[in-house]
Amino acid sequence: MKGAPMAAISREEVAHLARLSRLAVTEEELDTFAGQLDVILQAVAQVGEVAAADIPPTSHSVPLTNVFREDVVTPCLTPQEALSGAPDAEEQRFRVPRILDEDVAS
Amino acid sequence: MSDLTKLSAVEIAGLVASGQTSAVEVTQAHLDRIAAVDGRINAFLHVDSEGALAAAREVDAQRAAGAQLGPLAGVPVAVKDVLTTKGVPTTVGSKILEGWRPPYDSTIVQRLRDAGTVMLGKTNMDEFAMGSSTEYSAYGPTRNPWDTDRIPGGSGGGSAAALAAYEAPLAIGSDTGGSIRQPGAVTGTVGAKPTYGGTSRYGLVAFSSSLDTPGPCARTVLDAALLHEAIGGHDPRDSTSIAAPMPDVVAAAKLGATGDLTGVRLGIVSEFAGEGAEPGVMAAFHEAVDTLTKLGAEIVEVSCPHFKYALPAYYLIAPSECSSNLARFDGVRFGLRVGDDGNRSLEEVMSLTREAGFGPEVKRRIMIGTYALSSGYYDAYYGQAQKVRTLITRDFTAAFEQVDALISPTTPFVAFPLGARTSDPYQMYLADLFTIPTNLYGGPGISVPCGLADGLPVGLQVMAPTMADDRMYRVAAALESAVGTLTPPTL
Repeated sequence: MKGAPMAAISREEVAHLARLSRLAVTEEELDTFAGQLDVILQAVAQVGEVAAADIPPTSHSVPLTNVFREDVVTPCLTPQEALSGAPDAEEQRFRVPRILDEDVAS
Repeated sequence: MSDLTKLSAVEIAGLVASGQTSAVEVTQAHLDRIAAVDGRINAFLHVDSEGALAAAREVDAQRAAGAQLGPLAGVPVAVKDVLTTKGVPTTVGSKILEGWRPPYDSTIVQRLRDAGTVMLGKTNMDEFAMGSSTEYSAYGPTRNPWDTDRIPGGSGGGSAAALAAYEAPLAIGSDTGGSIRQPGAVTGTVGAKPTYGGTSRYGLVAFSSSLDTPGPCARTVLDAALLHEAIGGHDPRDSTSIAAPMPDVVAAAKLGATGDLTGVRLGIVSEFAGEGAEPGVMAAFHEAVDTLTKLGAEIVEVSCPHFKYALPAYYLIAPSECSSNLARFDGVRFGLRVGDDGNRSLEEVMSLTREAGFGPEVKRRIMIGTYALSSGYYDAYYGQAQKVRTLITRDFTAAFEQVDALISPTTPFVAFPLGARTSDPYQMYLADLFTIPTNLYGGPGISVPCGLADGLPVGLQVMAPTMADDRMYRVAAALESAVGTLTPPTL
């Protein structure tokens, strides 16, 4: 048994985070990231030292709510411009790989 | 004609307006300088020679036609690669956007064009503006013109290095946790983070939307103020843009340049005293404090007890927002797509694309953010960080009841050697120790050169209340009038 402090995050948890983040990380990366994320999470956990139960959260520094614009038609990108950076396009649409699992045999 | 690349923006604009030189001549001199030195600096990811010369010819034609030129007409500017430029590559320092040519201009770039400035090209940066050394760029690090074995700061190291290497007299940066001010400090240049909402985020590739603030970089305070004035102000295309009139930053810089700070109260944050800063940095800072006193400023110590929690709060809030923002890089609408062989599902292609397109620091932050926002951890991490953000804002508000502005060193250490902090990501984060509180609060901050430590530049940071950007320009210009600008060794 090592005397090191308990890790904030395990290798398995990092693998789970990578899946949630849509990152196909390698086994080698998992080893590296697990150690690094552990150091970072232990450091940022310091925010827990602050007694802030009654403090309202700040999500944004500018006191603005409900910013509207006039409902008028203005020029916008053409379909050609909007699709100009797409990896794949077809019939004025973004073409994507299949989304649903298909029964290949049928 | 003396070397056009050594002049300030004010001097260049004056020569162009009076016809003593042309915008084309000025632009060509800077393009030549880039060609001569950028192989050693790597400040630019893309140089748009053709576009720059065309813009310069346009300014010269306007002048020939008798048009009234703006205060920055004909002045070259380098733009951080985080801002979209129509038809000109925009990579954000990432492989995931390699080769992308945006179909529209960001508001900042549009305003630069309207002001008659000449965009030279796009500058290098840490990938998605996440970093403090520009070493996390997917296109190789930028090097510091003061010592090419050292970092130029980050994430806007390219913009700052371009100024220090005399490749451009003006540059644009973006500051989420210090990415304008810290590179300014370690390259001996001026970098200002405007009040959040004072400059438009339209067309700024998002990292942390509640913190991201584009702003000016220059070699003098007055040049930075002029650039701030040109790009700032309300933009209906950014829903967080402030509709109030901009403070007169140019007048403030001119007032400060008289060197008189009588009646100005400046606060030193006691929690920052020596906290993690190198002795050389603190020595230069204290010398600058003496100078400010001689200029008439009254110096008092103020306590901001929650500032020590700013760094951990920031490294929860910024990654959380980034994990959400960067979900748009999915290999569908722009940029890279990997593994689309007809057999893989969208989710598999998405995961392979993001794995190949993002570098390690971006992946770390996406995962930290995903963790902090997860059910079960949300209250303890992201929720708690937002409460700490409130307390930091209250610290600022209380401090500004006592003083007009706060001062500190910009960054705890001078430019460090390349590679010194890349193996331990948290050591890199410490570079932003003094700049982050301002971002969480939303106020303005500026870094101005205040001296040298071991032959390397040290910056002084001035922090002001929200929408009081003029105050920081006045103090910075006053210090500059006493200390002078710093000149790097010849490349």
